[in-house]
Amino acid sequence: MNIIVVGLSHKTAPVEIREKVAFEADNLAERLAQVLALPSISEAMIVSTCNRVELYAATMRPEQACVELQHFIAECHGLTPVVLKEHLYSYACQEAVRHVFRVTASLDSMVVGEPQILGQIKTAYGHACDCKSAGLVLNRFMHKAFSVAKRVRTETAIASSAVSVSYAAVELARKIFDSLENKTVMLVGAGEMCELAAKHFVRYGVSKVLVTNRTYSRAEKLAESFGGVAVNFENFREQLHRVDILLSSTGSPDYVISAADLKSACKMRRYQPMFLIDIAVPRDIDPAAGRIDSVYLYDVDDLQGVVQSNLKAREKEAVKADQIVSQEVIRFHEWLSNLTVRPTIVALRKQLEEVRQKELQRTLSSLGDLDAHECKMLDAMTSAIVNKILHHPTRLLKQLDCDDDKLRYLDAVQMLFDLSVQPPSDDLAELPDE
Amino acid sequence: MEPVTLLFSLTTLLYLIASLFYLTAMIGKREGAGRLGRWVLLVGVVMHAGVFAVRHSMASGTPVTSMHESLSFFAWCLVLLFLLLDLRFRLSVMGAFAAPFATGLMIFSALSPDVIIPVNPVLRSWLFPVHITFAFLGNAAFALSFGAGVMYLIQDRMLKSKRFNGLYRMLPSIDVLDRVNYTCLSVGFPFMTLGIISGAVWANLAWGSYWSWDPKETWALITWFLYAGLLHGRLTVGWRGRRAAFFSIVAFMFLIFTFLGVGLLFDGYHTFEAFSMP
Repeated sequence: MNIIVVGLSHKTAPVEIREKVAFEADNLAERLAQVLALPSISEAMIVSTCNRVELYAATMRPEQACVELQHFIAECHGLTPVVLKEHLYSYACQEAVRHVFRVTASLDSMVVGEPQILGQIKTAYGHACDCKSAGLVLNRFMHKAFSVAKRVRTETAIASSAVSVSYAAVELARKIFDSLENKTVMLVGAGEMCELAAKHFVRYGVSKVLVTNRTYSRAEKLAESFGGVAVNFENFREQLHRVDILLSSTGSPDYVISAADLKSACKMRRYQPMFLIDIAVPRDIDPAAGRIDSVYLYDVDDLQGVVQSNLKAREKEAVKADQIVSQEVIRFHEWLSNLTVRPTIVALRKQLEEVRQKELQRTLSSLGDLDAHECKMLDAMTSAIVNKILHHPTRLLKQLDCDDDKLRYLDAVQMLFDLSVQPPSDDLAELPDE
Repeated sequence: MEPVTLLFSLTTLLYLIASLFYLTAMIGKREGAGRLGRWVLLVGVVMHAGVFAVRHSMASGTPVTSMHESLSFFAWCLVLLFLLLDLRFRLSVMGAFAAPFATGLMIFSALSPDVIIPVNPVLRSWLFPVHITFAFLGNAAFALSFGAGVMYLIQDRMLKSKRFNGLYRMLPSIDVLDRVNYTCLSVGFPFMTLGIISGAVWANLAWGSYWSWDPKETWALITWFLYAGLLHGRLTVGWRGRRAAFFSIVAFMFLIFTFLGVGLLFDGYHTFEAFSMP
């Protein structure tokens, strides 16, 4: 059995193409049934998010199945396969397994390490389970993919740092204040980014929000949404000493808060640290304020810089993550390739063993008086013959890489020995060693 | 190997293992390693107490009379105080400072000649153990405040310059580091004060004068004034953060000089030679 992946993602297709080939959730069941009806597909699932559309399938004929899926995607969305061809990628066998593990672990995402994709794939798998289009192979495959994603998350620091400006601000605040509880945040001006950051701060336990704006009514409205207090713009500087974290984003062309304002505020609050975030362009806070000992001033470029370096750190972690993925790919591949050959080998062994037992009994009974030692010798000899004969074919079957060759050999073995092979079951024992 | 030497080596080994655990906890961000380190350190500190108990019975007196013993006693106080502090703050990061520091003290202690000398009768006073215990607990607390100060300056530097390296994630927030620095300071200062007072009282009993401007006394007084100034600054003027961290580092340099340098450079009744039988 083989895993194949056919699809496209933000890396290979622009949004105009991605939106055309997206699968809608409403008729997913129908689509899955259509995929299953394709001649080479035995199990399938469809992942469709805004950044990627992918079909995962289990098949005995990977090459054929890939072509079938490519055509399927094109036909579904009324496109010609030629148009899609340059955007679609197809992976089979180990490459497919690796790809899906990387996707699930968020190593292939637009922002590496962002965890949404895992949830999306879990949902897609849920749909496939509901429609019974996922069987033994995909079940095992998906569970493995989820556990790989978990390993990557716990064993690497891939998702441990902020990659958005507003989260970066929260993270910095926690390196300054440790806990944000009982801290006071002030919003100066009402920018979208400010609001977003303020929301994060509130979520992390900030207890008091002050809002000020040139238009008092807007300040009041915004304050209401945070359960905070509106402050008059004319005299908000008098409140500065109460503020631990200040977010500023006014449209003012000049500095709104001077270094002197902050100096006196710092003195009043006995030099407890202040974290100032200036998101405005042009800037609101005099950069000279950053030189005050207890003031930590970050402008929008500084925060971007933090985000950039966090992203770089994630890339580094991604290398570690890829090593984990590689290990797991090999493990899963072993299971998968045994899955195909195992029933045939088991059946073959069983049949030869039956022949051996029958012939052995016949010989023993016709020979008559033999002592136990001689019986044992005969038994051992016949076993040895069977094992010797089976040794090479078994090894060959196991060694064949997953491709059509294997299938041809398996067919041949089954035909030559007239084997009836049971479909594989989930509780796979290891293959007997010769 | 004598039993007491063996015990000493085992203690050093435990401190070393604890250091490795704490460093793993810090660098590899493994919480579990920090907890292991704490347990290893706990076993170490108990064993270390055993070393002093054995020495006490061997010397039939307070066994802190040589360089070897005082360094080892310093290490013991440091670990003990760190473990107590850890109870309060759960700071395995400080362990990455305290455990290697203690290990280093133990190694230097092992390198200093270890002789159990018949002690000068003056040292048989009950005030001797009181005096050194206070003094060394003070030293240990100031060593920890020094460690927190260094960490503070590193973290503060990164937050100010906006350039972060791996340490940024490992070190706690500057708020916590400042609080640790302050706690250690406010624990260390009373200890040091009591150490000096008990020393003066003892001097009066032994030599008939409270204060005789022995070099150690002079330097201890200078250090005491530095720490008093720092504490005063923190409590009244509102010094904190970088300035306080920097100050506690400088003050600790003076302390180290008082502890080690004075004994080596000057004569006086605090030198180890003076401890032995005249």
